[in-house]
Amino acid sequence: MITKLTHTCIYVLNQDSAYDFYVNKLGFNVHTDAPMGEGARWLTVTPPEQPDLEITLFLIAEGAMFDTETVKTMTALIKKGTFGAAVFTCKNLLATYEELKAKGVTFKKPPTKEFYGFEALFVDDSGNWFSLGQMEEQK
Amino acid sequence: MYLYKRIVKAKLFIDNHYAENIDLNNIAHEAYFSKFHFVRLFKSIYGKTPHLYLTAVRINKAKELLKKNLPILDACLLVGFDSPTSFTAVFKKITGSTPSAFQNGQKIKKQQISNEPLSAVPNCFATTYGWSEKIAISKS
Repeated sequence: MITKLTHTCIYVLNQDSAYDFYVNKLGFNVHTDAPMGEGARWLTVTPPEQPDLEITLFLIAEGAMFDTETVKTMTALIKKGTFGAAVFTCKNLLATYEELKAKGVTFKKPPTKEFYGFEALFVDDSGNWFSLGQMEEQK
Repeated sequence: MYLYKRIVKAKLFIDNHYAENIDLNNIAHEAYFSKFHFVRLFKSIYGKTPHLYLTAVRINKAKELLKKNLPILDACLLVGFDSPTSFTAVFKKITGSTPSAFQNGQKIKKQQISNEPLSAVPNCFATTYGWSEKIAISKS
């Protein structure tokens, strides 16, 4: 039986900018930042309370995985906001929303009441969008 | 929402001024709260009192500096601790290891990745992206 998710991948358009966004704005921790030769870089971050889930910030660049055409297509799709990459949670959405906005994070949707709690949508520096939820109502 | 803005402003003040001699009474005052009300609201949002949050920020920043191989005394002073003794005690209480043990662990990890870059990467990623071949060639 499968027991855990240990790694997941978010495709980004610039790893320096992604580092700034995920570490300095979202407050994630850097797990590994290692050069892989010829400009390639293995960059993974973890949410503050989930140190064993590595989120790989993988650069869309030509190489064994992507040819020129794929890089062009993926870049256009990411920029366009095609990909919803993940759902994050926080303890207090209204406070987190205010904090991230103050740090310059763009929201596609402000916090709204949903049947399970509250939800907002934000966009990373590449164009990937994320749901940010609060599962329980604030007392 | 206005209430959250005030608390967030105070939290961001701590994030940006952690290295200074921060007086939490002043932060509460700046946010137009009584100290009691401020501490209660801050804890309800961030799960820690402002004082404990400030300590956590300082220790996290110290970890970043130690990872960059800064001397322990420099890291201690740069994040706002006056005394290396209290820095070491608080660091150990929060992280479970002393600053020097943490720094040594980071050096070993860095060295291991430098010697074997692929040790940090699941094989599926390494092969899919062609890194296994490149690194094998560069080593031969």
